[in-house]
Amino acid sequence: MNPRRKKRLAIVGSVLIGISAVAGLVLYALSQNIDLFFTPSEITQGKKETGLKPSLGQRIRIGGLVVPGSVKRDPESLKVSFKLSDMTMPIVFKDSDITITVYYDGILPDLFREGQGIVANGRLAEHPPTGLSIEASEVLAKHDENYMPAELAEAAGKKHEKATYTDKQLESKKSSGY
Amino acid sequence: MWKWLHPYANPEVSYHFTNKLLPWLSALAAIFLSIGLVWALLFAPADYQQGHSFRIFYVHVPAASLSMGIYFAMAIAAFSSLVWQLKLADASAAAMAPVGAAFTAIALITGAAWGKPMWGTWWIWDARLTSELILLFLYLGVIALHNAFEDKNLAGKAAGILTLVGVINIPIIKYSVDWWNTLHQGSTVSKLGKPSMSLDMLWPFIICFIGFSLLVAVIICLRFRNEILARNSIRPWVRELVQKHNS
Repeated sequence: MNPRRKKRLAIVGSVLIGISAVAGLVLYALSQNIDLFFTPSEITQGKKETGLKPSLGQRIRIGGLVVPGSVKRDPESLKVSFKLSDMTMPIVFKDSDITITVYYDGILPDLFREGQGIVANGRLAEHPPTGLSIEASEVLAKHDENYMPAELAEAAGKKHEKATYTDKQLESKKSSGY
Repeated sequence: MWKWLHPYANPEVSYHFTNKLLPWLSALAAIFLSIGLVWALLFAPADYQQGHSFRIFYVHVPAASLSMGIYFAMAIAAFSSLVWQLKLADASAAAMAPVGAAFTAIALITGAAWGKPMWGTWWIWDARLTSELILLFLYLGVIALHNAFEDKNLAGKAAGILTLVGVINIPIIKYSVDWWNTLHQGSTVSKLGKPSMSLDMLWPFIICFIGFSLLVAVIICLRFRNEILARNSIRPWVRELVQKHNS
């Protein structure tokens, strides 16, 4: 390689290395803020590295798995509550898991079911019987990276049913001014 | 080691090479895409949770990974153009940018269309979606710079610098779902070990992916040819071509 090309290679190379270093440092510094949500254990105990903890009344997003058996739906309206626990692999639910209860008044996404990953957006509050909870204004389903044909899923004991709503439940939403 | 590449630095040689390449690439792209898409959209089994909505995967994932792949190829072209001042490398980068932008847009639009019924929202500012949107803006910036200067060498240099600065975004897009918690799911196909998909869903995906890659190659070849002609329009060999075509 002739000296001029060598010089250009050195300049371009060092600029690239410099940019990567800057981007790496910025992302490292921002890493807590880039996270989309808090997990239930991060809400109660704070983030692992910084100990950052959301305060009561703060609007936050929470992400976790819907604890089986915890979904309670009001037969008269769209009000629903469920508990979220941390997403850990492999998925096992224990009584000792840290959970946060989510209260929501609205239609759940199609993928919502027990054991499914959920991201809810709402206000952190203290409800006497359940402790820390989220009053959610939005509930999103987090799909995992697994895809399975229906027959295979049935054989593995998995099935999915959408939440269904009666006309009466849907009416209640309209009349309450939403 | 690179001696065999040297003849292709000549625009005329490269032009005739793409001419020979194009019919093969187009035929293969047509075969793979028609088999892959028919299989994926009509015959692959539906997902147990998402039903038929999951079929958008067969367009979304190839488009998204090609949007990153094209950018990486463009960055390599920009790098060699800056270091070795290859004029053809600039032409190829200019040929790739709009194709990459189109595939980024396809990935974003199909993703939004899937996100609305599945997640419950069209858009969320999580790390994966945001970094992919930045990729679209980078492409638009590169296209703008290629067209901003009368002098094509200057334009190639400016666009090349932006391309190289933006290449840092590629690993961020790829690993965003591992580094941060996001609403977007992790990789299904391109992860170490077993893909999280049954084989009768995976095979049509592989064929679709090859098909879309070939389609990208065809479009880039066509655009590259045009770039060569436009940049060499005063050369005698181009004039001869035009005369032959007109007579």
